[in-house]
Amino acid sequence: MPLLEIRNLTVAFDTARGPFLAVEGLDVAVEAGEVLAIVGESGSGKSVAMLAVMGLLPDTATVTADVLRFDGRDLLAMTPRERRALSGREMAMIFQEPVASLNPCFTVGFQIIETLRRHTPLGHAQRHARAIELLTAVGIPEPEARMRSFPHQMSGGQCQRVMIAIAMACSPRLLIADEPTTALDVTIQKQILDLLLDLQAQHQMAMVLITHDMGVVAETADRVIVQYQGHKMEDADVLSLFEHPRNPYTRALLSALPENATGGRLPSVDAATWMAEG
Amino acid sequence: MTETPVLETRAVTRDYATSSFFGAGKTVRALKGIDLAVPRGKTLAVVGESGCGKSTLARIITLIDAPTSGEVLINGEQVRVDAGLTAALRRKVQIVFQNPYGSLNPRQKIGDVLAEPLKLSTGFGPAERRERVMAMLTRIGLGQEHYNRYPHMFSGGQRQRIAIARALMVNPELLVLDEPVSALDLSVQAQILNLLQDLQEEFGLTYVFISHDLSVVRHVADDVMVMQLGEVVEYRSRDDIFAAPEHPYTRTLFAATPRIDAARIRARLAAKAARAG
Repeated sequence: MPLLEIRNLTVAFDTARGPFLAVEGLDVAVEAGEVLAIVGESGSGKSVAMLAVMGLLPDTATVTADVLRFDGRDLLAMTPRERRALSGREMAMIFQEPVASLNPCFTVGFQIIETLRRHTPLGHAQRHARAIELLTAVGIPEPEARMRSFPHQMSGGQCQRVMIAIAMACSPRLLIADEPTTALDVTIQKQILDLLLDLQAQHQMAMVLITHDMGVVAETADRVIVQYQGHKMEDADVLSLFEHPRNPYTRALLSALPENATGGRLPSVDAATWMAEG
Repeated sequence: MTETPVLETRAVTRDYATSSFFGAGKTVRALKGIDLAVPRGKTLAVVGESGCGKSTLARIITLIDAPTSGEVLINGEQVRVDAGLTAALRRKVQIVFQNPYGSLNPRQKIGDVLAEPLKLSTGFGPAERRERVMAMLTRIGLGQEHYNRYPHMFSGGQRQRIAIARALMVNPELLVLDEPVSALDLSVQAQILNLLQDLQEEFGLTYVFISHDLSVVRHVADDVMVMQLGEVVEYRSRDDIFAAPEHPYTRTLFAATPRIDAARIRARLAAKAARAG
């Protein structure tokens, strides 16, 4: 049984021009301990599907699914209170803009401890000790002094490390990382991806990595889902995806990579053709 | 025979003074002596991470800011930005920014966006301006029906086409492209890179292409300049630098860039299986 099971997920947003389907009929299964990359261009619904899993969509969104289960528990049948108890403890999420994801008014120590207070029975001193342990685990130098730092006193890469520390606070079984390195420089991106993969292996945690970067997919994923305009185009293990892409959209996307250019020009990714075939 | 480069800089530095409440603040040297030369019709890619000074350099070679010391030469002639520029010189260098929505006035119709540079730096009348705008719209792959539309009615890729078109309205010789495809999806990025390549061939344009994306740089550049903390650490032809990067920082940058390589994926999966088993 997969850790996370999604069948026939549809997310509709109310707009002035009627409902807009951001995700339509999506099936996703995440096995315990695997790294699944969800890749797609803007508007492909890759973030929306995972926000629906976390219960983080606004009220204008309508989520329907035949199955939406985490560890055998039906997420759609849960009360909001039960959902909140699950999110942050057994599944956690980090986002693209680490600086914007942290509260600028509180120290990073306070923000890590807040999660521990909400989800664990630890006492005051134990929480403080655990927070320092977490900052050490994510590679923040001088963690004790850094507990008292505010987000604006840290770099983007360090803020993302703090976000990862908060997400890892309760040793979740599923971590969803939504474009975690897109706002970072390439050398920092490598450090953060290495950190995420280390933590994933250490804790045997499942990880869903949402990205638009095929290079990041190649360097991290076990399995890949390609999405386009709310639909799943391809679901394959990472090696087959790059060696024998089956779907025409995947093939078009890969051929548009500058490093795959044969000769001077890049082929155009022409819409509609693969929608008909796929 | 060596032709005069379209753009040359000699020992260009730029200082920024940080003001402090208690009198004089610290001075930050954002550029520490940059020498470069770009021959006509070629593309120089400038690569580096945030804080390396690549955008400061862009502002100086676009003749927006004056260097603190050193010389900027356009077609072999020294330019003094602080002494004022002639309209003819202003026309020669144009810039395209990363975020096309931020660089287009949301209340201006596309036709007016494109006609404005002509109004400012040429003597063309309204009819001539309109004709040139229409021709440019067709050239960049948009239609004449787009003349009366506003920026929000276009996609990111179309807006970047418009930003490129605006820069080209006054027939520049040098185009500074500051992360022109970084905000775009892969499929749109391919279209814009193709458009830039076509325009370069058609008009003999010279590009300074600022980017952090090495796969894009490898695709577009003739020469590559790698910057770190305001200094040039390596500056060679594209083929040389990608074949054998010399400076440790260049190597770090190359090694950190994610690559799609079946052998690497196999090795990674094998290592993972070994750890698990």
